[in-house]
Amino acid sequence: MSSQTIFYKTPKDLPREEWFASGHRLCAGCGAGIAARLIFKAIRGPTVVVNPTGCVEVSTSCYPYTAWKIPYVHVAFENAAAVASGVVEAIKILNKKRGRKLHDVIVFAGDGGTFDIGLQALSGALERGHNLLYICYDNEAYMNTGIQRSGATPIGAATTTSPAGKVIPGKQERKKDLIAIAVAHKIPYAATASISHPLDLVNKVRKALEIEGPKVLHVLAPCVPGWRYPPSETVRIARLAVETRYFPVYEVEYGRVKINIRVKEPKPLEEFLKAQGRFSHLFRPENAHVLEALKKAVEENWERLVKLEESGIAL
Amino acid sequence: MARQAQERIAIMGDEAIALAVKQSNVDVIAAYPITPQTIIVERLSEYVANGELDAAFIQAESEHSALSICVGASLAGARVFTSTASQGLALMHEIVYATSSMRVPMVMAIANRSLNAPLNIHCEHGDVMPERDSGWVHLFATNVQEAYDLTFIAFKLSEHPDVQLPVSVNLDAFILTHSVEPLTPISDEDASKFLPPRQPLYSIDFDSPATFGTMALPDTYMEFKYQLKEAAEKAGQVYPEVAGEYARISGRRYWYFNSYMADDADAVVLVLGSTYGTLKVAARRLREGGLKVGVVGLTMFRPFPEKQLVELLKNAKSLIVMDRAYSYGGLGGPLYMEVLAMLYRNGLRIPVMNVVYGLGGRDFRLDEAEAVLKIALDGARRGRFDEHVRWWGVRA
Amino acid sequence: MSAKKIVEPVIKGQFTYKDLPIAAMIPVPATSLEYKTGVWRTRQPKIDYGKCIKCLLCWVFCPDAAIKRLEDDSVNVDYEYCKGCGVCETVCPVKAISMEEV
Ligand SMILES: Cc1ncc(C[n+]2csc(CCOP(=O)(O)OP(=O)(O)O)c2C)c(N)n1
Ligand code: SF4
Ligand SMILES: [Mg+2]
Repeated sequence: MSSQTIFYKTPKDLPREEWFASGHRLCAGCGAGIAARLIFKAIRGPTVVVNPTGCVEVSTSCYPYTAWKIPYVHVAFENAAAVASGVVEAIKILNKKRGRKLHDVIVFAGDGGTFDIGLQALSGALERGHNLLYICYDNEAYMNTGIQRSGATPIGAATTTSPAGKVIPGKQERKKDLIAIAVAHKIPYAATASISHPLDLVNKVRKALEIEGPKVLHVLAPCVPGWRYPPSETVRIARLAVETRYFPVYEVEYGRVKINIRVKEPKPLEEFLKAQGRFSHLFRPENAHVLEALKKAVEENWERLVKLEESGIAL
Repeated sequence: MARQAQERIAIMGDEAIALAVKQSNVDVIAAYPITPQTIIVERLSEYVANGELDAAFIQAESEHSALSICVGASLAGARVFTSTASQGLALMHEIVYATSSMRVPMVMAIANRSLNAPLNIHCEHGDVMPERDSGWVHLFATNVQEAYDLTFIAFKLSEHPDVQLPVSVNLDAFILTHSVEPLTPISDEDASKFLPPRQPLYSIDFDSPATFGTMALPDTYMEFKYQLKEAAEKAGQVYPEVAGEYARISGRRYWYFNSYMADDADAVVLVLGSTYGTLKVAARRLREGGLKVGVVGLTMFRPFPEKQLVELLKNAKSLIVMDRAYSYGGLGGPLYMEVLAMLYRNGLRIPVMNVVYGLGGRDFRLDEAEAVLKIALDGARRGRFDEHVRWWGVRA
Repeated sequence: MSAKKIVEPVIKGQFTYKDLPIAAMIPVPATSLEYKTGVWRTRQPKIDYGKCIKCLLCWVFCPDAAIKRLEDDSVNVDYEYCKGCGVCETVCPVKAISMEEV
């Protein structure tokens, strides 16, 4: 079964309701803020958000100020998927026993809280099969604690714990493949999206909510101070990430890969990289090999996805 | 009372807890296996699998997640139970504090077991002591019947509108978890009357959306912590009311502690958990010989029942505090240090000694209990002890 | 309970622990509306309505919900919250938005 329903065709179809309100303290131009606003426009009824510790959490739930108009729960950094599992199962059994109103449960977690410290809780939740939508807003580092490397930081990027040193020029390891990890749990739906393509994003959120079981959405959300670019550039940089094939936009439905944004003629990766300070050292001659490694990683990933899509094999 | 006498059964501690949880209108159970609490969750999963208990049973992928699931479920309005021991509790530690500070009602059974290293699965209270300061209510059972009864009391206390705190029911590894003892259960009807389905004071609800688990800056943080302090103390104040209600249906009355002839004793020994039973038998023997000894087994360790203990101990001439845990590099065991502080600030200047015993499940026999009581008496006679802390039976 | 009732005692420092909701819970939605992030701004967007084609992209992309979408799908800036990031200027396809010094 493939649900191809498009819920929102144009920006005009997006609901006016702001479930994620003004007055939050995310940086000017924060990509995670754009992601949050858009994602929660796509809710379909009573919804709860579970948000682990991170930029979004500290910026949107600092007593006495909450930016949320839907019920919101934060408990700790690594356990959002577990907390959400509890919310899902409690509401389900209380609905059965005492007619409590059903709610959709959405986790909105950073890359650190997802790829690294929260990976075990996520894996447990996916394996147990709870009906929840787990969304990772990926800004490719631990931003809340001041831009440290995470398992989502790409090769070459400079962070405060993978600095562009004379001997070690930025992060030396590749980015984890979150979707592959998620899909390995045999979940019905996993997808990537970028804030630069809002209709693709909101339609995926809504589509995922319609599917019973655990769903994972991996959303690219650039970070102004972390990626080092002017705040006005957030959406442009996210778009370059897609147009250079740096961040492929695809979905995996019941194990089958479908590339949603076919980038036929990719822009040179340099256009994406040069727009950001975190990659500036890659353009020094002595670091050419790191740039090459990053390019290779990007190419391999795209080719792998194309092959998977063509093969039609269910992962 | 006038209740129909319930049939006595033989049951082990873990199973007794599972039975109590089954009778408690519980909605969500999340846990992770660890000896010696595993039987609790095995039984509960059987109840659910056989349709005898209408609850969600979730085996988490870790204790950290098990407790996190419980927090989510309780915030969503469910009555929630978990259980663990030792390493599992240590892994939960971060969320233990979040649970009480977020004022999330739930009950956790802790099968008190030593903490690595060396690995050891036997009885010790060193696992719960790091959770002492969390704001949880900590109750200790001295036998299987108590473990069963305290589980009901724990749920009621936890959800009390003035309390809203998680409660732990502690039972000694193997000594209680795996010992078959006689148990008189309460009827399902009485259980349901005592614990009707949970009515949460507040919960996750789209129709009145609240934000739970916010960050608080220095301008409000201390006030939120003061709320926790007040709630923890309140738990001690409403406990007799809850225990009294339970006494009406069960005929069994619980207090802050069990005590055996402590009121008029010259020498008192204070302890947590099942060793109370051993000491009580030893004290009875010594009393028969005319020796004025008494024993106290603390049921409620947090909040600490200072007033009631001081009242009980005000005539004692000496006190031995027995700890099945130790604060390495500190002044002694955690219970000892607490009691020292209590005595000092209440002006009771009696000789006090700490006996650290039974770590990692080392046996503590009846003759040893007698010996400890005699040392206590000696302290009372001489007006002093020769040492502060003795590691009982250690080959030093 | 209103957002003001939650926020004002804290701002004024006039409360005891009894006045605060249990466990730092915020029992009402969107109290952040009381926090005017517009004061962060060093530059601000100005919309040229002659050029605006009502595509709504600035509304879609504003991280602060500070671009208001009106009934007729025209837009205006809510300066109480606009942090001046300039994303709207970048995403506008017809250059109807320009960032100006405040
Ligand atoms: C157990 C634990 N370890 C470390 C931290 C400190 N910490 C808080 S947020 C954070 C980084 C969050 O990174 P990410 O999930 O990527 O979210 P972002 O801040 O980037 O939005 C860290 C390391 C913590 N709160 N808890
Ligand atoms: S540091 Fe980055 S992710 Fe965090 S609020 Fe600022 S822009 Fe957003
Ligand atoms: Mg991050």
